[in-house]
Amino acid sequence: MDKILVGLKRVVDYNVRIRVKTDGSGVETDGVKMSINPFDEIALEEALRIRERGEASEVVVFSIGPSDAQQQLRTGLAMGADRAILVEAADAVDPLSAAKVITKLIEAESPELVILGKQAIDNDNNQTGQMVAALWDRPQATFASKVELADGKATVTREVDAGLETIEVDLPAVVTTDLRLNEPRYVKLPDIMKAKKKPLDTTPIADFGVAPDDAFEVSEYAPPPQRSKGVMVEDTAALVAALKDKGLI
Amino acid sequence: MASILIVAEHANGALNPATAKCVDCARGIDGADIHVLVLADSPDAIAAEAAALEGVGKVLTVADAAFAAPLAAALAPQVVATASGYDYVFGPSTTFGKDLMPRVAALLGVNQLSDVMEVVDARTFKRPIYAGNAITTVRVRDGYTVVATVRAASYKAVGSQDAAPIESAEAAGGTPAHTRFVSVQTGDSDRPDLQTAARVISGGRALGSADNFEIIYDLADSVGAAVGASRAAVDAGYVPNELQVGQTGKIIAPELYVAIGISGAIQHLTGIKDAGTIVAINKDEDAPIFEVADIGLVGDLFKVIPEIKSALG
Repeated sequence: MDKILVGLKRVVDYNVRIRVKTDGSGVETDGVKMSINPFDEIALEEALRIRERGEASEVVVFSIGPSDAQQQLRTGLAMGADRAILVEAADAVDPLSAAKVITKLIEAESPELVILGKQAIDNDNNQTGQMVAALWDRPQATFASKVELADGKATVTREVDAGLETIEVDLPAVVTTDLRLNEPRYVKLPDIMKAKKKPLDTTPIADFGVAPDDAFEVSEYAPPPQRSKGVMVEDTAALVAALKDKGLI
Repeated sequence: MASILIVAEHANGALNPATAKCVDCARGIDGADIHVLVLADSPDAIAAEAAALEGVGKVLTVADAAFAAPLAAALAPQVVATASGYDYVFGPSTTFGKDLMPRVAALLGVNQLSDVMEVVDARTFKRPIYAGNAITTVRVRDGYTVVATVRAASYKAVGSQDAAPIESAEAAGGTPAHTRFVSVQTGDSDRPDLQTAARVISGGRALGSADNFEIIYDLADSVGAAVGASRAAVDAGYVPNELQVGQTGKIIAPELYVAIGISGAIQHLTGIKDAGTIVAINKDEDAPIFEVADIGLVGDLFKVIPEIKSALG
């Protein structure tokens, strides 16, 4: 296989406790630690392992986002990606527009495999990979926990509500990652230095001729309803009594 | 009148309960004319179940061997063909709906509204972001087909009615050959289903091993509860993936949720916020799970579980 294309979204770090702004206009992102979306890190790790097994020759990472997303792409290069593409967009990009941009990247790069995270942990949309597959008119293997490549096909085990589903798709195809696909590697200092020399091309999103979709207007951000603080019981007998009291057991 | 098409989820010839919850959500839209689309190799029994859901005006079916397994690539072109003329296309926010509906949305040229938890009005909806740490109110522009997945835990299954008419819809044909179903490996079906059970007992990393996790199964069986788990317990290999509760696992709303040896990471809490009563048993009194628990007990689970069992007789 020639090439694998991997998407890296810049998101608020997994460990940050999110706060809604008091005026309801958004969530607080000033001064908050930003990272690669965890599912995208898994996507990159999988691509690197495929290349390291000799089943692909090049791993190209891209991001669609602000100029600062270069940091996440540099991290991706330090992990082992060969080169990076930043599609620079000052404003947030909706999933459909992102999918259209990715489809244009696919036209330009002709990858055999596109690996994306199943969802970004900011908007939790879980859409972009499926949309890319639809617009590209190619197979999708979402929520992957195992990917095997052979003879121009991918056999993918998927985490579904019922358990584990296995499907077979012809390449090229889109795979989206679930948590247990792999454990991403740690970046080593020398790799960070080497990554600085790897190519990172920036193109403004306007050059892709994709008009942002303005159909969804978010009028308010609110904190979730809080559950009221409950009671602590002293021992098992009190716990069982409380549950019997509520008619729950 | 607002026309709504709901894509039915089913397996082994039976309707998934999440479909009845999509109907409940759709009924929140004024003047909704609700149709359910059943795509299956043999849809009759499933369609009969859907027709009896309160609020459904019509059931449409397409029988095709290509629909025997729920492959998004096979189903999406048919959903798009049938959806023509509808104002809304809904599916459940299960792995089935999450896989299929964005493919449908892209083919219709629209974004998808993911995980609808409340219908404010015909064009305005609430949905969670950041693992449920923020709730957004989203207005969808007029004239834009609303393709949405419905967060089942936010809705109740509708009741029953006299059967609505069942019709065959026009087959779109042209199923792609590039995607093929191989197999599905499912868990133990003797226990209540995690997503619909009234009682759920979950275990976490504190169980320490797959063998130790047996005491969770045992306790669950003694009260007729489904078994769940935290991500940590699944990652550690104590239990299979389909038991994971949380942001990236299952979002559930049982009447009783008992979290045993689960610290309560924010990603886990997002999966249980709609539970009726949350009970937490943990030996760490500072565990975040106690912040959301209705009843908390600080103690060693290996001591507490046998005590509960004996108290229940």
